[in-house]
Amino acid sequence: MADKILMKGNEALAEAAIMAGCRHYFGYPITPQTEVAAYMAKRMPKIGGCFLQAESEIAAINMCIGAAAAGKRAMTSSSSPGISLKSEGISYMAGCDLPALIVNVQRGGPGLGGIQPSQSDYFQATRGGGHGDYHLLVLAPSSVQEMADLVATGFDLAEKYRMPCMLLADGTMGQMMEPVELKERQEAPVEKPWALTGTEGKRKPNIINSLALEPQELEKWNEERFKRYDIVRENEQMSQSYCMEDAEICVVAFGIAARVSQNAVDMARAKGIKAGMIRPITLWPFPEKALKAAAQQCKAFVSVELNMGQMIEDVRLAIECSRPVSLCCRTGGMIPSPDEVLAAIERAAEGGK
Amino acid sequence: MIVFEKPKALTDAPLHYCPGCTHGIIHRLVAEAIDSLDIAGRTIGVASVGCSVFAYNYFNVDMVQAAHGRAPAVATGVKRADPSKIVFTYQGDGDLASIGTAETVHAAARGENITIIFVNNAIYGMTGGQMAPTSLPGQVTQTSPYGRDVNTVGYPVRICELLATLDGTGYVERVAVNNVKNVRNAKKAIEKAFRRQVEGKGFSLIEVVSTCPTNWGKTPQGALEWLEENMIPYYPLGVYKDKYAEEAAK
Repeated sequence: MADKILMKGNEALAEAAIMAGCRHYFGYPITPQTEVAAYMAKRMPKIGGCFLQAESEIAAINMCIGAAAAGKRAMTSSSSPGISLKSEGISYMAGCDLPALIVNVQRGGPGLGGIQPSQSDYFQATRGGGHGDYHLLVLAPSSVQEMADLVATGFDLAEKYRMPCMLLADGTMGQMMEPVELKERQEAPVEKPWALTGTEGKRKPNIINSLALEPQELEKWNEERFKRYDIVRENEQMSQSYCMEDAEICVVAFGIAARVSQNAVDMARAKGIKAGMIRPITLWPFPEKALKAAAQQCKAFVSVELNMGQMIEDVRLAIECSRPVSLCCRTGGMIPSPDEVLAAIERAAEGGK
Repeated sequence: MIVFEKPKALTDAPLHYCPGCTHGIIHRLVAEAIDSLDIAGRTIGVASVGCSVFAYNYFNVDMVQAAHGRAPAVATGVKRADPSKIVFTYQGDGDLASIGTAETVHAAARGENITIIFVNNAIYGMTGGQMAPTSLPGQVTQTSPYGRDVNTVGYPVRICELLATLDGTGYVERVAVNNVKNVRNAKKAIEKAFRRQVEGKGFSLIEVVSTCPTNWGKTPQGALEWLEENMIPYYPLGVYKDKYAEEAAK
């Protein structure tokens, strides 16, 4: 076992990307993710990789498109307002079936918002963000260890399904320090016969493109992409359950909200309330199976989020509104305290909202 | 002996361009440059948005289609992924000089070792003839129906002159394809731009002053005349920067 070292989430993520074989990173400074770019700037030249500070987030995502089209493990990172700028390119990436990793270390919005942690880009991430019919794989780390571990998972899934993957962290995950064990990955690289590597006069040109002026053709492309999404939905839902064996109240929370909620669940248990938690690790595909199973035993759900209530819609959809779902949220960069979450659990246990 | 044939770097797909449009000539010149340098097998092209969006169907090389204006950024990613590849973009004036100005200027400033073919016909062709960043003062378009009024919408952008001021720029030249002599010069310039990239000599851009008879409301012949009488005086042909020729002369 490798030694544990104390690292900031943003830096653990950056090193994990390098260990996962990423040698092409394109970024642009924005708080609270700038350490990712700074780390890459330091490391990439020493290992023959490419760090490039683009002129804008728009350029950075398009550089990622270029490197991904050429078959490389490409990555960009930003924070909320920057992800809005990247959304055009993310849509093209999805339309071109290109795998890449996009990191969003979220801050409060809308607009310029603030620089404190937030989860208010949940809709943007899970619904696609840009124009058109598409999804991203969306992974939500809840510790510095997961900031590292989910990077390789993200690249692997992106390449397996040929779709962009977003690692949706929040400012807390990026900024906090925790012990982390960085693991070498030995996965064999995925074959990319579609990549632009030059024909070498041996094959027909590869074309990477999202344009289809014939509506029948575009419909067919989208339907085929959604068949792939169905497989992702079936096979790739990830979540972690905490104290769910006999739970009657199910808290649903991801990222830093899950860390707070875990404390609240413990406090509720100490008071004799049978509370548990499901922590989605994949936000898309949403862990519907785990929630549906929980609905069989739980009498109420509490969605804990750092926004005005976004994931709560997916919770309701997953359990088909079969149980009451209440919201416990803070926004604008504020984080709910364990006491606030406990109060929400207690209200749910009493049958109130 | 074969003295004339279609360049190998062009596919057999019929071009969709309007009669009298000079995109076809420019495509051919690009393909001839690729053939003459024998680089088709390691060339990757980046198509843009506009009339030349289907360039990926016409060039017989690996191609990626970029979002409007973003081709130089996509090309940067492709080139950084494997610097041994020859990477070019093919962009119109709306794409390159309006929505993609930042990507163009910064690719040049970085001295990105890519080649840009910039087709300037002073109008948005594909969307049906709107005012472009390069539309001439007084030029009537769908969105300047009373003629481009420089007092309200400002002046055209001269890309070669602008890029020539940047230290990162390697080679920029403006050419035209309205007559045989100019086509020959354009061929030389385009080939030189690709050769510079092969030699690792940084950013090159060839601006080709081109026609749009359909949206200019001209006949093919009339468009060539309008180009000569109006476009070339505003966009003088010539080399605007040639870093390596300058260095060699020192």
